[in-house]
This record gives sequence, C-alpha cells and structure tokens, in this order.
Amino acid sequence: MQINLEKLLNTINIDADWIGLRHVTETTNIRSVRDGKPQTNGRSRTKGIMVEVLAKGQFGYSATNYLTPESIQQAAKSAYQQALSASKWAIHPFTIDQRPKAVGHYHSPYVTPLDRLSTQDINDLLFKVCETLKVSDKIVKASASAQITETEVQFVSSNGSDIYQKFFWITSNYAAVAQEGNVIQTRTDNGMMARCYQGGAELFDVENTLDRAKNIGEQAVELLAAPDCPTTTTQLVLAPDQMMLQIHESIGHPLEIDRILGDERNYAGSSFVKLSDFGNLVYGSSLMNVTFDPSVSGQFASYAFDDAGLEATREYLIKDGILLRGLGSLESQTRANIPGVANFRASSWNRAPIDRMANINLEPGNSTFDEMISSIEYGVYMESNRSWSIDDYRNKFQFGCEYAKLIENGQLTKTLKNPNYRGITNQFWGGLSQVGKVETVEIYGTPFCGKGEPNQAIRVGHASPICVFDNIEVFGGVA
Amino acid sequence: MNLERLEKLESTFNKLGEFLINKLGNGEYLSIELSSEKTQFVRFNRAKVRQTGLVADGNVKLSLIAHQRTAFITFPFTGDLNIDQENALESLEYLRKEISQLPEDPYIILPENKGTTREVYLGKLLDPATVVETILPGAKDVDMTGLYTSGQVIRGNANSTGQSHWFATDSFCLDYSLITPTEKAVKGIFSGQKWDNEKYENQLKNSKNQLLALNTPPKQIKPGEYRTYLAPAATADLLGMLSWGAISESSLRQGGSALRKLKEGQTLSSKLSLQENFSQGTVPRFNEYGEIAPDILPIITKGNLVNTLINSRTAAEYNIKANGANLSESLRSPELAAGTLSSNEILETLDTGLYLSNLHYLNWSDRTGGRITGMTRYACFWVENGEIVAPIKDLRFDESLYRFWGENLEALTNFQEFIPETNTYGKRSLGGCLVPGMLVNDFQFTL
Repeated sequence: MQINLEKLLNTINIDADWIGLRHVTETTNIRSVRDGKPQTNGRSRTKGIMVEVLAKGQFGYSATNYLTPESIQQAAKSAYQQALSASKWAIHPFTIDQRPKAVGHYHSPYVTPLDRLSTQDINDLLFKVCETLKVSDKIVKASASAQITETEVQFVSSNGSDIYQKFFWITSNYAAVAQEGNVIQTRTDNGMMARCYQGGAELFDVENTLDRAKNIGEQAVELLAAPDCPTTTTQLVLAPDQMMLQIHESIGHPLEIDRILGDERNYAGSSFVKLSDFGNLVYGSSLMNVTFDPSVSGQFASYAFDDAGLEATREYLIKDGILLRGLGSLESQTRANIPGVANFRASSWNRAPIDRMANINLEPGNSTFDEMISSIEYGVYMESNRSWSIDDYRNKFQFGCEYAKLIENGQLTKTLKNPNYRGITNQFWGGLSQVGKVETVEIYGTPFCGKGEPNQAIRVGHASPICVFDNIEVFGGVA
Repeated sequence: MNLERLEKLESTFNKLGEFLINKLGNGEYLSIELSSEKTQFVRFNRAKVRQTGLVADGNVKLSLIAHQRTAFITFPFTGDLNIDQENALESLEYLRKEISQLPEDPYIILPENKGTTREVYLGKLLDPATVVETILPGAKDVDMTGLYTSGQVIRGNANSTGQSHWFATDSFCLDYSLITPTEKAVKGIFSGQKWDNEKYENQLKNSKNQLLALNTPPKQIKPGEYRTYLAPAATADLLGMLSWGAISESSLRQGGSALRKLKEGQTLSSKLSLQENFSQGTVPRFNEYGEIAPDILPIITKGNLVNTLINSRTAAEYNIKANGANLSESLRSPELAAGTLSSNEILETLDTGLYLSNLHYLNWSDRTGGRITGMTRYACFWVENGEIVAPIKDLRFDESLYRFWGENLEALTNFQEFIPETNTYGKRSLGGCLVPGMLVNDFQFTL
C-alpha cells in the first residue's frame, strides 16, 4: 500500500481520546460486451484515508484522498473539531471500548491468481458468452459483464490496532433478452449480478460458464411461449437464487440494530423488530436457522475484522425459529444493550462505518429437492430475482422472479412467466414448511446493498438451500 | 465557497488536461472528466448527532481512443498538480497497454470541440463548526432524524480537441423526518445555495404543525382501488422510474423499456407533459462526452411520446440523431408540467380516498407492462368528504403507468415543487426534478 500508516498516525498532534486511520485502496476492472460488441473496458482506482477521532464521547471523522502528512494532520484536526462541536448533542457517550485493540490480517482465498487472466482472456470469454446466449434469432439482446476488484484495507489506531485485509472480489452478469411479438422476457445468470464471490481466476471456468450461458438463452426463449404465473394462494418453492433476496430483505435488514434504534428512519427505514424481541420473538417456523457468518471461504462478504476492529465470528441470529441476536456493531450494542456481531462496515475510505449485513445464511435442513416437489399437489417453483420491494418496516413485500415452473401432483410441469409473490415477513417465515439438505445450498450475493446517510453500497453474501413455504399469494404479469 | 480552493482546483484540472493532451501521439484522442467535492455530513437521530464528519474527494476519468478502440481509467484527483500529473501519466500508459489488447469498437464517439462553458454558483454555507448548534436547538422538542449535507461540488470536462467545461456550486441539503411516537412522520427537505436561518426556522415550524395531523391513531385501509392524491414528492418517485429502463432509447431498442407501448403509438393522458429543462442551472448541461443538452427537450407532450433520451453512442449504433443524453440515457433535469388543480382544492376534489405525501422502494413488477410496485410512506392519510380523517397504515400499491398517467389521471396541481436529488452513493448528486402533485382514479393497492 506504500504508505507507512503507523508513522502517519504517530505524527498526528491533536488532543483526542482515540485516533484511528483506515487506509483503503481499491482497483476495479470492469468489462462488458453486448451482442458481440465491446461496451465497456475500464478501471476505477480509488484510495484515501479515513481519520476518525473520539473526543468528549463523540466520534468525528474527516476523510481525504490527499495523503501527505500535512493533509492527514489537517484532516485529524477537522475530525477533532467535528467531534467537539457535536459532543454536547451526542446520541450516546461513546468510549474507546467501541474501538478495541485488534491485530491480525485476512486474505481472500483463491486457487489461481487473477493475474493469470489477461484483458484478452476475459474479453474472449465475454464474447463467447454472448455468442452462446444467442441460441436463436429470438434473442434480441445478449450481454455479458465482469467486475474484478482488488481491495486493501489497513487500519491502525492509537490504542494499538493494526489490521490488514486484502480482498479479491469477482462479480459477473450474463443476460439474454428474448422477444416474440409483444412478449419480451429476460433471463440472467441467477439474477442480476447475483454471482458474487471472493476468489481467483478459477471463477471464470470456461466450460461451466458457457453451459450456464446456453441454459440462460434457452430459458429466455422458453419463457416466450409460457403462460403467466397463475393468481392463487398456494405452496411456493424458492430456489437459492431467490432465497438470497428473501433473506436479505426480510431477515437481514430488519435485524440491523441501527434501523431498530432509528438511525435509518429518514432513508432506508426502520424495522418491525423491537429491541425487546431479541431472545423471544418467534420469527418463523422451527425449521428456520439463520447465521451471520463472515467465515465462509469464498463467500462475498467474508472478512476477519470489521471496520471498528472487532474480530468477526459466526453467530446464530435465529435458531429453531426464535430470534436470538441482531446485526449490531459495538456502537449499536452499547446503545441498545443487547449482543450483536462484527458488522461495522464502510463502503470505502470516504464513508463512516455503520451496521451492515455480511454473509447472512439460512442453514440447511433435511429435505431433498425431489422430496419437496413430490410432496406438493399444487404449487409454484420460482428461480432468480428480477423485482424487489418491501416497506420501510420490512413487513409487506412483493418480489418477482425470472422463471417458474408449475407443480402438479408432485411433478414440475409447465414453465411459467412473470412469476411474482407477496407476503408479510413474520407470516411468510411462519409458513416455512420444508428446508432443503446441504446438497441444495447455493451461494450468491450482491455488490449493491444500499443504506446509510450519506449513502453507501456494500457487498453482502447469502447462502441458502431450496425452501418450501405454505399459503403464499402468487400472481403473474399485466393482463 | 472557498474561492481560493476552487481556483486552485480549476487551475490544476486545466493544467492536468494540457499536460495529458501534450503527451498524446498521432491518432490518439482523450477525454477527461472530473468530479470533486468537499462535503460536511452530519447525521441526526432523535434530534441528537449520530455521526459527523467531512469528506474531501475527487476523481478524474480518462477515456483514451485509438485505432478504433477505447478504454477508460479513473484515478484520484487531489488538487496537487505534481501528484495528479504522476497518477495521470501512469494512467495514460495503462490505457495505451490496455487498448492494444481490446477488440475494435464500431460505435466509438470521437471527441469534438463543441464549445466551452463555465458556471460557478457561489453560496453562503454554514461554518462546519456551527452546524449542529444552528440546526438542533429548534428541533429539541421533536424526534428529528436525517442528514445535513453541505459543501462544494465540482464537475469538469475537457478533451483533446480543446473543448472544456467547468461547473462548480455550493449547496446544502437538510433532508429530515419528524417522527411521532406512533412512528408516523413528516418528511422535509431544506436545501439551497445560501443558508437562511429564518427560512429554516419557518420550515421547521411548518413541519411541526403538520405533525399534529399525524397524532390520530392510524387507520388500516383494505387493499383495493381508491381515488388517490400523490403529492409532488410522491409524483417525483414515480417519475424517477422513467430513468430506469423506460425513457432510454437503447432500452427501447433492446427490449428493456416500459414505454414500448408509447413508442408503438399508445398515448397517455393529454394532461401529461414532460420535458428536460436545463434552464434552472441546478445541474451541468454537459454530459460525459462534453456535449451540451438543449435548454428544453420535450419528452412527452400532451400524452404523446415525442422524444426519448438518445446519447451519441446509441445514435451511432442505430444511425439516429443524439439529443445530448448522458451515458445512461436517464433524466437529469426533468419537469412535469403543472395542471389546474389549486392547493386549496385538493382535498375537496379528492373527496374520499387517499392522500399520499411520499412513496418508498419502487420497482418494476412487470416492466414491459409498465407496472410499478411500491409502498406508501410518511404522511399519508385517509380522506372522507374532503376532510382528513386519519393517517393510514402503510399500503402496497401495484399499478401500471399506462393507467395512472393514462385514463385514470384526473388532474395535476397548478403548482410545482422542486424535489432535489439527495443521492450520495459514492458522491453527491446534483439537480432534481420539478413536479406537480397529481390526482388519480382507481389507484390499485394490493397489500
């Protein structure tokens, strides 16, 4: 990272109770191809330092990309002044306990180094994907994109923290739009940019990628002739690439303690969950087990320490359907006086950390996919998110998927287009009647979880088995 | 505005541009974009300070074109010429190597010199050290939550043909909610270029008065179709959906637009007229290519789609004429025309139905069908016989724009409100939209 952060820290001369420096450098290579033509080939580089200070019980920050010692000293002074000017109005008297000393490092796992992939290698693959997506003339748009990001984060503090974490993040998106007359259908690779992982060049396995691309193209065309999803209340089977969104919106966000404490009420919203619910709220059926798990190798939001320096560990949020723990950082934990997790995360050097999801996973159950389908007399199976909307208390949601199958007499039968469903969080999870075995678990994520004032988009991961829900309202597109 | 800092940044940007252009070889074209800001963010919850800080950020984006190939790179802009030149040179070398590995791009847009513009809007912003003491005392007796954002925002653009643009503005925005114990809220935005304490105190007083109407216990409304008044902020949310797979020419051509039926000749209500209007100067008129948008670009006139947003790349691909649209072909300064409904007629004309101040979390539930789903939020009421009865429990709507801007659009208000763009993902956004409120028949609520 070419900056001696500890030396910089030692040159800062202000009368604060605590000082932390978080240096972030990030390089993202973005490539996209559409219909056999290059669309984007670019690289975004950012680097900067967030100076955070604690004075009179209030944290203040100042972030800059001008990284001279004089500039960092000036930033520290500004951060100190910010803290002092707000201390009389502080929401909570914070202490150094919210920034514990931590020393350690983390490195994203990989099999093959990313530098084995040249610009041409990636472009060649994206061109082949486009070609493979176009299974017929009915495909009116075939697109493929990839983002490869390398991020280094170093954090040092006046109480001895020294953390270094290096991440390799890979996101891809392949999509086919099919059209016949007035019917237009889009199919993607498990939902828009849902394939997000930490890893290396092995994630661009050509054979596997092109197999998926062929399937995407074929299913886009298949949807053109499909009837709309029926409007009815029935059993709903969700694939892991839709469970990802369901977990994210109706478990992850409502369990963020900063939302429950009201910080987000002017933007992302609040939560139907109350602080008194932890330890006793029946969140869903007894088959529901949900973890905060930043330790899953290769999952998108794995890390060893959050941006307050707290060591990240796997914790049960919901066990046997009972709500146990929230997504609250050390700052939220002291404000709310309940246990939390290591989830104080910032999107980059220019934003202050807040409570975020990391990897929020639904733990596997005991059913095979065949057992689930064969047990259903009539129902709908849905894959891949395409539409998402939920209220600011995370209760009333409506989600849409790309692809569905009717289930009749224990068998998957007709393909259905425009599948949607809606529900209310607590009732919906109460209807969880079957949870797939570990063999049905798939891992997805998103680089675009939005929250915070100022706004921050952050990377999250979600793993889930296939699940069955009872008595769900499903419906199709515009008549 | 710190004029000395601003002049230094402008000088550095100009010198950086000259430096890079002088390094270009034969057949190389370069465009240079700048975004920069120095911002104070103060976050409030329960009329206390949750977080407070400053961010000084800037990025330069270089796009190199050579041999019918193009690539871009962004790197930090610090304002220190030596540092920025070193980064710029390294970036240019990277682009040269990168381009040599790329396939040809048939739709490349070569930079042109279409003139030079310079717009600088000086403001009067609060001293960062006094912000909390200025804002919070008046809110002591209410549960105020939100964000104060303030500072200088800069956008610059230059290219190797000599074109250059500079846009700098001071601005502030206090985006807040006043929240009742029953968790209903009044949403307010106090924004501008010059802080005026008297205006702030008046606005806060008005917001507090509106809170009184929310003290009644909320009423549960059954799903169904209702006459509905959407206040300007709610209308702005619906309008915003047009920038996401609707008004873009490329999305129409590639099967991703909700406005396909309009393109094929269907019409909306003759009461509906939409245009891009850059005359207010809240956002730069130049786009990423440095092209200048017309002052006014009609989009929908009396219900007829008369223009889509077409950028130069789309124009090259489909052999059509560009109209100054940005890369994403999204609305930058939209204005929805006012109608005839006056503010004191709103409740009486609504008679019985829903009054919605704001919406939340909109998404296409069926994009090709033009159907949008979302939630009601903040100060929303049940109205009977022209009188507000009670705030409502939040409702989900799922409705087609072909209905609410078509046969079911009964009236638009005779006043418009400017709804500023408050997005701060990555950097502060500029501009906003000018919209009236609207009265709609049979708006569909589903949950």
